[in-house]
Amino acid sequence: MLRLIVRRLAVGLLVALTVMTLAFMLTRLSGDLAISIAGPSATQADVEIVRKAYGLDRPLTIQFFDWVGRALIGDFGQSYFFKDSVANLIAKRMPITLTLGLVGLSLALIVSIPLGILAAVRENTWIDRAVTMLTMVGQAIPSFWLALILMIVLGLHLGILPISGTGTWQHFVMPGIVLAFTAIPALTRLTRSGMIEAMASDYIRTARAKGLSRARIIFKHALRNAAIPVVSIAAVQLGFMLGGSIVIETVFALHGVGYLGWESIAKNDFPVVQAVVLVLAAIYIGLTLLADILNALLDPRLRTG
Amino acid sequence: MSAPVVVAAAPALRVGKAGFAIGIAIVGVIALAALFGNALIPQDPFVQDLGKRLIPPFWMEGSRPEHLLGTDQLGRDYLARLVYGARISLLIGIMTVITSGLIGITLGVLGGFFGGRIDDVVLFAITTRLSIPVVLVALAVVGLMGSGLGLVVATLGLLLWDRFAVVARATTQQVRNLDYVNAAWCAGASTPHILIKEILPNIASHLAVVATLEMALAILLEAALSFLGLGVPPPLPSWGLMIAEGKDYMFFSAWVIMIPGVALAVLVLGINLVGDGLRNLLGTERLR
Amino acid sequence: MSALLEIEDLQVTFGGTAAVRGASLRVEKGETHCLVGESGCGKSVTALAVMSLLARGGHRSAKRMSFAGTDLLSLSDRAMARIRGNRMSMIFQEPMTSLNPAFTVGSQMAEVLTRHKGASRGDALERAVALMGRVGITAPEMRLGQFPHQLSGGLRQRVMIAMALMCDPELLVADEPTTALDVTVQAQILRLLATLKRELGLSILLITHDLGIVARVADRVSVMYAGEVVERAPTAALFRAPQHPYTRGLLSCVPAPGRVRRDKPLGSIPGVVPTISPGFAGCAFRSRCAHADATCEHEIPRRVAGAAHDYLCRLAPTLAEPLPA
Repeated sequence: MLRLIVRRLAVGLLVALTVMTLAFMLTRLSGDLAISIAGPSATQADVEIVRKAYGLDRPLTIQFFDWVGRALIGDFGQSYFFKDSVANLIAKRMPITLTLGLVGLSLALIVSIPLGILAAVRENTWIDRAVTMLTMVGQAIPSFWLALILMIVLGLHLGILPISGTGTWQHFVMPGIVLAFTAIPALTRLTRSGMIEAMASDYIRTARAKGLSRARIIFKHALRNAAIPVVSIAAVQLGFMLGGSIVIETVFALHGVGYLGWESIAKNDFPVVQAVVLVLAAIYIGLTLLADILNALLDPRLRTG
Repeated sequence: MSAPVVVAAAPALRVGKAGFAIGIAIVGVIALAALFGNALIPQDPFVQDLGKRLIPPFWMEGSRPEHLLGTDQLGRDYLARLVYGARISLLIGIMTVITSGLIGITLGVLGGFFGGRIDDVVLFAITTRLSIPVVLVALAVVGLMGSGLGLVVATLGLLLWDRFAVVARATTQQVRNLDYVNAAWCAGASTPHILIKEILPNIASHLAVVATLEMALAILLEAALSFLGLGVPPPLPSWGLMIAEGKDYMFFSAWVIMIPGVALAVLVLGINLVGDGLRNLLGTERLR
Repeated sequence: MSALLEIEDLQVTFGGTAAVRGASLRVEKGETHCLVGESGCGKSVTALAVMSLLARGGHRSAKRMSFAGTDLLSLSDRAMARIRGNRMSMIFQEPMTSLNPAFTVGSQMAEVLTRHKGASRGDALERAVALMGRVGITAPEMRLGQFPHQLSGGLRQRVMIAMALMCDPELLVADEPTTALDVTVQAQILRLLATLKRELGLSILLITHDLGIVARVADRVSVMYAGEVVERAPTAALFRAPQHPYTRGLLSCVPAPGRVRRDKPLGSIPGVVPTISPGFAGCAFRSRCAHADATCEHEIPRRVAGAAHDYLCRLAPTLAEPLPA
């Protein structure tokens, strides 16, 4: 298993380097950065001063390696607009994004797993079809729209939850619900199909032949096997959630990393944009590695040999 | 198989024939509306009339017969905008799928067919693509280079090819070892011939299913981008943009965001129903 | 004297198809009873129906189905579950997939005892070790903590047998337990079953398609064809004087030294097993039988050919007639 981890880490590092390259190229897309930073009213002389000050007069490759070198030790440079180091900015916002992600994932699992089990155990009945329909509708609803609807219903009419900002745990409820919403359809379907496959397997027939109770067969024997892919996919889903949190954070004005990305795009704050892309990618890579480890831990067949 | 590759091959749904028919009906109606709607509706979606702002739709008080779905905050006819928006959504969906399909299928088929180093590179590309936060990067591209329909399509097309690649690769691997491919080899067929004549037709059904799912995803993503102001530029009435414009009034006139939102959900649902129905119809079960 | 397991006219349908169209057999206490027939004849389904383990969509009905005096047909699911694994156990054909890969061998064995007899986990594991030794598994304490994928096919089947014996059942239903195993392992398993039967007084209902196994271990045999039991006899009588044309055909297919001659073709039964549509009447074998006539399309009488030897055919018993060469 150690070999597995080492190998995946090596690949992950390579991926991270590639993403770094892409992120670097991304911010150079708009052409001359110095002009963007200096602003529309700057003179040619101003632009040259800016260029020198931000090291933008150096050859592109030097700029790139400089950035990569510093990024590897966690130095993402200074933000152009916030008076702070990029690393600090991200570090300050990260807890919020992580909290949001975990809340969303927990809610998603709490809903998906029982729903998936129910649909599988009542396969092809109206319950199963209802669950299927629900997941289909759920997948079709745009998350930002759902956010607005929840704001109107829960925030305005019922007045039970705040509609923006951070501060109390209540601020995470609606965003958490919307985030969970994006993951529930896939997780439910995965649980359902995993359970159906498990319940049709030979070892479940053996369990029934042993006279075990139905509850024990479903929740111990079948679920234990069906859950393996669900758990590892959940880790990956968390990665997607964190990466896609930008929309939800923006709608709810939650000052997380996604919102930071949004603000820095609006302000052409390139170091921040680069760093946010890299950090989110690194988190995703880490989570997929975690997913593989979880898989190996949970499935005895992968553990030995 | 590593986790990110597993994610893309999601389990199939049991959508009955009714679901498939409903899906086709929905998409058909919206496509017809997109093609002919604005020709049939007298109002122009771009003409502003500040004296007629925020007239409610026909089921509410204060509505006017010449504006069936009311008007938006700049007095533009809502129905006309909605119908035009369908055109935008469908256009973006189709164009994106074509672009991402070309990229993803090429990569997947090459990787699945040749294996070895080429496959390693393809897998690496897929893993890298999956690590990238798509919405953020799409926003950054548009933010840095300016909004525009073409740019949105290009960006989404360059970002959404992963599922195509994964499915193309997996199915190519399965098909590559089948007897009729070996027979073609023995008959002396060249590699391009085999790829085009033997492999592609047999993986096409799987890819058609992926195409519908990716189209739905592209439409939702474009709506999110436009909602955030970095997608299709105004005055083009992208549904996402309409929701964003209505956000400021949503507490008083909720219908401003309800209508385009429902339209989006219905269109995406329809496309997904078609996709899952296709999956059942073509007998393409969950890939192992 | 009533038998341990009595089945009379069992019918099993899946949707519209009849998998079992009238199976009747008795398993006496302490005997090994083989239910033999080719693939698709319904023998496995019969076993599953007895254990109430039919897949979804399967319906069973019978004139009588009783186990040690208890009517199995009227039992609720929960009551049946209390009998399964406890007084009636079943082992299956595929040892490779019949054990749960996520749990240790020990825990899977122990849970049977804790479930039915309320034993503590420690006691259950002790019994598991004892039984594993009984069935010839080496180093049983070590096996407790192992996972199924760490064991070979033969070992897994032994674990299945030991697991089936945890609660000291009266009847063991074995569905082709050796089909998926190597020939040498087959022999070992069969020997094991015979030993257990002797030492524990176990009754065994053994499903198989292999006449060789029947000859080796069976006390009595029921021959099944197209969903019906067509002949029942003590083993010796079946081999010596088979009555039903299908049984005779089966036995003539087995090349026997002395009977098979170099210039003669090997025996075979012409035709294929028919698909039985609803409303079928008469003998299912008639399309392949050399002796069929018009009466075979109607109800077939059950004839007696000797002590505990009966068969379903219009033909009169032909005692001690040698099989065609």
